[in-house]
Amino acid sequence: MADIQLTVNGEDVRVETAPVKRLAHVLREDLGLTGTKIGCDAGDCGACTILLDDKQICSCLVPIAQANGHSIVTVEGLADGKKLSPLQEAFHRYGAAQCGICTPGMLMAASDLLARKSKPTEQEVYDALGGVLCRCTGYRKIVTAIMHVGDTSSANIEVPEVGQAVGARTIKFDGAEKVDGTALYGADQAPSDALCLRAVRSPFWRATFELGDFEPLKAKHPGLVDVLTANDIAGLNGFGVYPDVKDQPVLAEGFVRYRGEAVIALVGDAKSIAEITDDELPISWLEQEPVQGFGLPLAEDAPQLHNDKPGNILAHGEVLKGDIQNGFDNSSVVFEENFQTGFVEHGYIEPEAGWAQRVGDRIEITVTTQSPYMDRDEVASIMGLSPEDIRIVPTACGGGFGGKLDLTVQPLVAIAAWKLNRPVRCTFNRLETMAATTKRHPSKTTARYGCSNDGKLRAFEFEGDFNTGAYVSWGLTVKDRVPIHATGPYYVPNVRAKSRAFFANETPAGAFRGFGVPQVAIAHDALMDMMAEKVGIDPLEFRHINAIRKGQETATGQKLESAGLDLCLDALREDWQAWRDEAESFNTNSTTIRRGVGVGCMWYGCGNTSIPNPSTMHIGIKPDGTVTLYSGAQDIGQGTNTTMRQAAADGLGIKLEQLNLVAGDTDQTADAGKSSASRQAYVSGNAAKLAGEDLRGQILRLANVSEKASIKFGDGQLIVREDRTSREIDLSNFPTVENGDVLRGEGYFDPPTEPLDERGQGKPYGTYGFAAQIADIEVDVELGTVKVVRMAAAHDVGKSLNPQQVEGQIHGGVAQGLGLALMEEYIPGRTENLHDYLMPTIGDIPEINTYIIEDPEPTGPWGAKGIGEPALCATAPAIFGGIYQATGVRVTQAPCTPDRLRAAILAQSN
Amino acid sequence: MTLYLQPTSVDEAVQALAEHSLFVLAGGTDYYPARVGRPLDDDILDITGITDLRGINEFDDHFHIGALTRWTDVIEADLPAFFDGLKLAAREVGGVQIQNAGTVAGNICNASPAADGIPPLLSLDAAIVLSSTRGEHSMPLVKFIMGNRKTRCASDEIVTGFRIPKPEHPAISTFLKLGARKYLVISIVMVAAVLERDGDKIGKARIAVGSCSAAARRLNMLERSLVGQAFTSGIGEQVLESHLNQLAPIRDVRGTAEYRMDAAQILVRRALEELVADDG
Repeated sequence: MADIQLTVNGEDVRVETAPVKRLAHVLREDLGLTGTKIGCDAGDCGACTILLDDKQICSCLVPIAQANGHSIVTVEGLADGKKLSPLQEAFHRYGAAQCGICTPGMLMAASDLLARKSKPTEQEVYDALGGVLCRCTGYRKIVTAIMHVGDTSSANIEVPEVGQAVGARTIKFDGAEKVDGTALYGADQAPSDALCLRAVRSPFWRATFELGDFEPLKAKHPGLVDVLTANDIAGLNGFGVYPDVKDQPVLAEGFVRYRGEAVIALVGDAKSIAEITDDELPISWLEQEPVQGFGLPLAEDAPQLHNDKPGNILAHGEVLKGDIQNGFDNSSVVFEENFQTGFVEHGYIEPEAGWAQRVGDRIEITVTTQSPYMDRDEVASIMGLSPEDIRIVPTACGGGFGGKLDLTVQPLVAIAAWKLNRPVRCTFNRLETMAATTKRHPSKTTARYGCSNDGKLRAFEFEGDFNTGAYVSWGLTVKDRVPIHATGPYYVPNVRAKSRAFFANETPAGAFRGFGVPQVAIAHDALMDMMAEKVGIDPLEFRHINAIRKGQETATGQKLESAGLDLCLDALREDWQAWRDEAESFNTNSTTIRRGVGVGCMWYGCGNTSIPNPSTMHIGIKPDGTVTLYSGAQDIGQGTNTTMRQAAADGLGIKLEQLNLVAGDTDQTADAGKSSASRQAYVSGNAAKLAGEDLRGQILRLANVSEKASIKFGDGQLIVREDRTSREIDLSNFPTVENGDVLRGEGYFDPPTEPLDERGQGKPYGTYGFAAQIADIEVDVELGTVKVVRMAAAHDVGKSLNPQQVEGQIHGGVAQGLGLALMEEYIPGRTENLHDYLMPTIGDIPEINTYIIEDPEPTGPWGAKGIGEPALCATAPAIFGGIYQATGVRVTQAPCTPDRLRAAILAQSN
Repeated sequence: MTLYLQPTSVDEAVQALAEHSLFVLAGGTDYYPARVGRPLDDDILDITGITDLRGINEFDDHFHIGALTRWTDVIEADLPAFFDGLKLAAREVGGVQIQNAGTVAGNICNASPAADGIPPLLSLDAAIVLSSTRGEHSMPLVKFIMGNRKTRCASDEIVTGFRIPKPEHPAISTFLKLGARKYLVISIVMVAAVLERDGDKIGKARIAVGSCSAAARRLNMLERSLVGQAFTSGIGEQVLESHLNQLAPIRDVRGTAEYRMDAAQILVRRALEELVADDG
């Protein structure tokens, strides 16, 4: 142990600790400064960036001994008490923090820069922040914030009047705590006496194993309190996101299906469980040949992963419309192509983390999650308890993107805390989160499109295989969404689209922003370009001709009531023509560097497919007159803590800043469903609006006034005014209804959907979001590298609840789409860290022009539809279209890495 | 109980290494990433307290880069154009945080095939200086690095610095890195080149390629063929496929072997063209 003296945020502190301990861990664990985040412990993500002697440094790479006697500034040192620093204020006002997990690192890197140069250029901002990864924002608002420190007037933040909250650019409700380091995430709030839990994971892709006697291990490591095995699971040792599919064991029983599968869990003090090595464990393994990739699992006589799934087939999906044969017969132009995509990692900077404690006969789990109620029900089934005995308290969520829907730490910490009657915590490290948790489904697809000479689409045929890995996870949703969306957002009279999801001994593939739709968008939009070229119509106009319109039927026969793709394309036309012309004239004088502009379109059904997925919200008034929204719509950075308040405030008719929020906690909020499937703005937005309206109705009835009345919310009373009369309602005498509230409104909304019939016909979603994006790119044809120079994105969101949040979603989606297009491919067993797995850095994301299109959805709140997933899906096809204009190479495999593109360019020139 | 020693002089450090088997730790930027989720149970010799080993000094016939010189120090140092390639490489070592912590010697001793610092130092004809209780000696850097994460650093030695001979003629240098993203990227191929100008001719050329073999390589055949050639644009055409015979790239997650060979040739050409153009 070493006696370390530091100056931290201006105060002298002493700490006694191991000299080799990472500075980041000392700050968080010994000094309680959890504002500094840990994303990788390897210097790859920069979340732990602090200032050491005024220079930015990754505190995960500094032995505390080297900091001895030195000065440190963390995010907690930036604000002056409650007053945010000008840099923090700029981040707050420009929406530079979404989930907020990278924000402390971004702020510290920016502080370093601004101390050296108060008015930096954009390039200097890129260089200074190049070492901090952000997965939510697409970096653009971060750059804007740093360029406007001290003068944030252009942020145009609105403080709306009563009834005008929806649509206003209001400030992020939980934004201040994300820029001052006080927001608490999954790894930030376990009590200091909590035991630590570490899962031991399979080193093999397919193996049987036997467990031996753990008593000698416990004797050797007195700090090891317990070893959990499958025998400790009182209920069902299986989980899965569908009510009737629980195929993934919490702890494996004698057989593992992928490398990274949890086998046992060690519980004890942090040091002891970290020290135990794999070879000390009494586990005897018998490795078997795994079945992986697209060939082996589907081969005849392939070993089966699951006994009830012959041929390793999980399920088939199919959509049939019209007469496909006739459609192709009547097509004068037909193109067919094969496409391929790989696993993609969510790459949230916050690894899975949480803790649990037993409270009497209930268990409380505080965890980073996208789905509090599903967590509750799943943990109940695993523990053999009733759902009411489980409380899920969501923490601030440091990014999800679909990856924090499935269970990870929840059942493990709950079982341990229950058994040992002590608080137990677990935080995945980066290697673990990458190896063990879900990915985007790899795909191999074949698509065929036909159109007539006038450019009208006639027929579409599609077959796609999707690798769901070792377990079902969201594989059924992907196989459903794929054929529904496979045509793209176009009107096609004749469609046959088939999908198949299969198992392989690989990392489970689950939900990732788009559920298969980004993969099919690459296919349908490549064919759109090919047909457009053949019939001699501009690619954007070809899409405009075929854009599905209001009143037209989708491939599943659903008549659309909101479909703004044509409006999106209209919005982009000016940029498109100018950029295409510029590219063409640039290319006349350039052979090595070639420019190209491409367009991509997408659509996305908001909400879960053909199943009820309701949301319930409450809003209440306390005797003192304070009003609270109880929202279970988990904010994962996308801003539901802000937008749900806007919807509820206008439903009720209260000034936005008077509305308090209780979010997430399953004991205090109703089930608002999962933050996934681009459903919260549409589904929970409706519920929040209806809750507000319900409470308003109750108040108006109490005052016996009409709809036209206004309500003033004051101290301990309500003043209701209509025309010239005014009535006061004294709340202090009202009996309490629930949670200290004396009046309570409820809102419930379930999107109107219908199941699909055997031909895949029906109404799978209440509404669809639409988008078109264009990408201006530059290819170095000798090296195969692609630089995206600028992008424009037009999104039909029905109604923008808050433009700041919508823009943030678009920027972040574009960034993830760019990653999917050009660099991101998770190769199981080989890219389990953030230096071999590449995600875009601040230098990779160009300027993005955003156009918000509002074609209102009649069933949406004020017409609103979802934006979360639409933001990503159109980007890769747009970039690939640009590559085509630049090089003549039609990209059919994502990611289009430099070596792949160079090979394609060479193949073409030979 | 593990050891954590913090010597303040080279003598103290080498004495400790003579007595114990120790892991030499400097900037920590390679040590910690290799131990994610693993206990930190190595016996450590933390040499960052030897402040004499930090900095770049000029002597009559050479420059000396201290082992503990941070990459940021390289970027900020006032150095002749001859060092431009090394400075460009310094900007590519991780993000600014890594450049503030990581040391030149650490990057070399870690001996990754993709170490950004190795090609430029090879192109500078650097010799590495090592110290132990047995004394001080130096050897060409090209000899020191034996392969992927293998060096000739004996277990009782520390690197104290690098000796960079001054060029015979006015010299300029560059560094090109190819990766799949802008920042924080492990290179697919990188090229460092130094050209010395003797009147209108190339007096000397030193070209090193990284990430295309277990250890970065100098392209000796190409270097010899360039000597005496006109110092003018079009020089890139002198680069032949056969000049890259010494490279032996592998296929990995970042690219295929064929691609690496192809890209290496293009980058070498570009580096040379850039140098003759800049010196207009």
